[in-house]
Amino acid sequence: MSARFLLREGGLVNMLGGLSVLSLVGTQTSGSATSALGFPLLTGLVVIPAIGALLVAMTSAKRGDFARLIGLLTSVSVGALSIYLLTQFVTSDAGFQFTTQQVWVEQFGISWHLGVDGISLFMVVLTGLLFPLVLVGVTPHHDPKPYTAWMLLLEAGCMGVFLSLDLFLFFVAFEIVLVPMYFLISGWGSSEREYAALKFFLFTMAGSALMLVGILTLAFLHQQATGVLTFDLVEIAEAQSVAESTGRWLFLAFALAFAVKVPIFPLHTWLPDAHTQAPTGASVILAGVMLKLGTYGLLRFGLYLFPEAASYFAPLLVTLGVIGIIYGAIVAAMQRDLKRLVAYSSVAHLGFIVLGTFAFTSQGLEGGILQMVNHGISTGALFLLVGMIYERRHTREISELHGLQKAAPILAVVFTVVMFSSIGLPGLNGFVGEFLILIGSFVTRRWWAVVAASGVILAALYLLWAYQRVFHGEPEGENATMPDLTWREGFVLAPLLVAIVGLGVYPKPMLDRIEPAVERLIDHVDDNSDFNRAPAGSVKPVKVDQHGGGARHENLGGLGR
Amino acid sequence: MITAMFAQVGVPVDAPLVLPEVAWSALAPLLILIVGALGVLVITALSPRSLPVGFFTITTVAIASGAAVVAVSAWDRVTDPTRGPYTAIAGAVTVDGFSVLVTALLGAIVVLVALLADGHLRREGLSAAEFSVLVLLSASGGVMMALANDLIVMFLGLEVLSIALYVLAGYQVNSVKSQESAMKYFLLGAFASAFLLYGIALVYGGTGTTNLGEIGGFLSRNVPGERGLMLGGMVMLIVGLGFKVGVVPFQSWVPDVYQGAPTPVTAFMASGVKVAGFAALLRVIVSAFEVQAQDWRPVMWVLAILTLLVGPAMAIVQSDVKRMLAYSSVSHAGFILIGVQAASDQGTAGSLFYLFAYSFMALGAFGVVSLIVRQGETGADIGQFRGLSKRRPVLALAFAIFLLAQTGVPLTSGFMAKFSVIGAAVSSESYALAMVAMLTSVVGAFAYLRVVMAMYVGSTDENTVDAQLTRVQIPASAGLALGLALLVTIGIGILPSAALDAARDAVPVLISPTR
Repeated sequence: MSARFLLREGGLVNMLGGLSVLSLVGTQTSGSATSALGFPLLTGLVVIPAIGALLVAMTSAKRGDFARLIGLLTSVSVGALSIYLLTQFVTSDAGFQFTTQQVWVEQFGISWHLGVDGISLFMVVLTGLLFPLVLVGVTPHHDPKPYTAWMLLLEAGCMGVFLSLDLFLFFVAFEIVLVPMYFLISGWGSSEREYAALKFFLFTMAGSALMLVGILTLAFLHQQATGVLTFDLVEIAEAQSVAESTGRWLFLAFALAFAVKVPIFPLHTWLPDAHTQAPTGASVILAGVMLKLGTYGLLRFGLYLFPEAASYFAPLLVTLGVIGIIYGAIVAAMQRDLKRLVAYSSVAHLGFIVLGTFAFTSQGLEGGILQMVNHGISTGALFLLVGMIYERRHTREISELHGLQKAAPILAVVFTVVMFSSIGLPGLNGFVGEFLILIGSFVTRRWWAVVAASGVILAALYLLWAYQRVFHGEPEGENATMPDLTWREGFVLAPLLVAIVGLGVYPKPMLDRIEPAVERLIDHVDDNSDFNRAPAGSVKPVKVDQHGGGARHENLGGLGR
Repeated sequence: MITAMFAQVGVPVDAPLVLPEVAWSALAPLLILIVGALGVLVITALSPRSLPVGFFTITTVAIASGAAVVAVSAWDRVTDPTRGPYTAIAGAVTVDGFSVLVTALLGAIVVLVALLADGHLRREGLSAAEFSVLVLLSASGGVMMALANDLIVMFLGLEVLSIALYVLAGYQVNSVKSQESAMKYFLLGAFASAFLLYGIALVYGGTGTTNLGEIGGFLSRNVPGERGLMLGGMVMLIVGLGFKVGVVPFQSWVPDVYQGAPTPVTAFMASGVKVAGFAALLRVIVSAFEVQAQDWRPVMWVLAILTLLVGPAMAIVQSDVKRMLAYSSVSHAGFILIGVQAASDQGTAGSLFYLFAYSFMALGAFGVVSLIVRQGETGADIGQFRGLSKRRPVLALAFAIFLLAQTGVPLTSGFMAKFSVIGAAVSSESYALAMVAMLTSVVGAFAYLRVVMAMYVGSTDENTVDAQLTRVQIPASAGLALGLALLVTIGIGILPSAALDAARDAVPVLISPTR
């Protein structure tokens, strides 16, 4: 299946898909929302962790085990619900499924509007699965009750971001996740935790400060154009009622918030501090789920709301993404702290995702989404492993670790697999994502893709070098007596390993679900990115020329060469 | 002499003096507060033994809630489209949704302040009788300002409000700081009152009336010949009222007075005085001078920007939590000004909603501080809060929520409040102001988070040994007050619809008595 073919495949189907979505919106609750379980599934995904957090908060501080039990039961049931959602998801439907809409603040046209499509589906599943693993796998050093409560609140917030189809609701969820993460870092982190937590909170809040202005401006401009004050994402995005230049400013306000969260170079400086100082559990969630709030936001809000502006700024974002890939890799290679190394590798990996997203090809976008999940799995697992080493050795300095392979062979094997997944070895999940991104971006942005590809080599360099220093050789002293993985740790890592191999060998089921939504998004960008030139509603001819991306280049206003 | 004056203003000298009919129902909440205060005074004077603090707390709560309930009972009438708002006493007062809402809010504030003060007065061994009387009188001044349909009535209200507060600021008789605070507040307050009065005189000169309805009518009908006089008066009014609500550059008294005054009084200043001051600002500038919006909007814009910049910038360098909260109240005044600057019904509603939300956040935050400070009102230093989450986890959580609400974290009233005023700014196309406001709120966040950090991360063992020794006592009344404030803060953060509706229906109505 050639890249060129994929490019325009299913254009008509997606238009129909778009229409069917429009007809779904506006009904209070679409048929599938309540599902066979008899209650709105998506609302449950958001509300159940929040209720769990409240329950935990009400337990006695002395009974930490009880709090942990409630936390575990809650997160496992949310995980089970997310799996159920996966099984019930209609693969061929490009629109939002399981939608539910309830009026929340009538005066502003704000509603509790949730929905899931191929883009958000796997983010939800990732969130649903990572939280129970973290709650099982990592025991907080003290005060398990507030720790568990914050974790569950964090889960509710993350679910809210991925599921909300209302700008206000989205912003609420996007901001509220800061609070539990702030408390987790400042309460359970390492020595520099105060600084790291504050930096994390202020950086992210500064980023999203202008987004609120952007959201309000967008809603009021939409009101001026259509007469309806609403914060509904789908209504505003489909109407496209904002002028081109205004849209670009608004896109910047949104993109800044997401760029801080991703983080896109040069706004990444909070990340190494926060990741390194956070307790293991929070690091896993931070890397696994919370960075995706940014990349997901760029997709769901950046591209969907402002297709024209997104294509206008694509060269900038793609360039920053590529810089992030190279910069993250080089800085990671320099690190002496194993956790910091993994943190910087995130900067590089997320650079790939940004590159894929703004390549505006279906492969690039699919690869980006796949890579979001992959990064969540592999970097989450890496942080877990680093945390396990730290629990045993009480240091993360690469120079103090040596020859761990002899002392802990199983841990070394697991680390190897996860590391190769992170590098992008064929047969493991990381490869599929990076490959799709590189294909997708090569079509539209050849030289960026070429430079980005070298990032894959750099990833191999810094990870293998670190592995060599930490695991190879003859262990001495405490390194020699380091215990291997316990059963519980193995139990936590096993699902991640299964996912790494499974998605690497057979990613088709996942891609099948992502593809319709991605195609629809690309069509949306296509239809709206040059609305000044083409009369509204005209259907552009589906054309594939000899040079692959030629047609698309024109559609995107000649950008990208 | 008097005859000559009457002759001058055109009143026939021989005519019998016609007294306007007094609509008692319109004044009922005001009268409840004043008569209640005087009643407390008489009972205290006549009582053979000194009455317990609890008696005064309960009486104050009863009087204030009575006034609030009576005020709210007029709500249906004034928001009913067929009957609507009305003026009374020859157009001197207006009873509309605005006055009802502000009166009810002031009543609620007095209830919480009385509950907070209960423990404080016991701890400090201060007389509760005068405190109760002064708070009630001060609130009655605020109610007068909310009702005022005449600049003279507004000034009267402001003076009643302020003079009671000058005394309250120095209520901590054994503390030099409290004395200093009272003196400073009095001197600068008198100065501001002079500005206000001069402004009223100039406006009278420019428009020929002090009645707000007539001013509005006059301005919409004519271009005043003495435009400079009228504009000068308007600016003086803004200066006088800006001083009362603590807007930069008239904020210099705020930190010292807030810090020196007894903490429950500070709580009342941050909530009640702000509400009353902004009520007057909304009534006079936004409503009566609506036609002149293009003249005063730039002024408000500059004031708002300055306030938004200075408040948080000064808040982050404070090591005293009470002083930090004082500067934060300055920055909140900036946010409320955003709604004023919008010069629209949406902006006014936003400001009202903000005042409502902020009052409870401020009461909660200062309420917690009043529990932390030790006898003699010393030690609101940030070190005093270190490790509070270990000693008093619920109190620490409550304080954290009040601070996060002031930061503007979603699902708290603070976020909805910011959302409303920023929304008003954006819909009247003040994008720069909206952006400055959001960015400075990040700076403010640093100040709040520092306190949160101290409570949660700081350990008690080092350098604050005595903090552990003096275990924080939470009297039941203060606990109740904090609980109520918390309920409102989270309640309207999650379900803001009812409060937003009330704020929308409470936009001041301009009624000319001679129409």
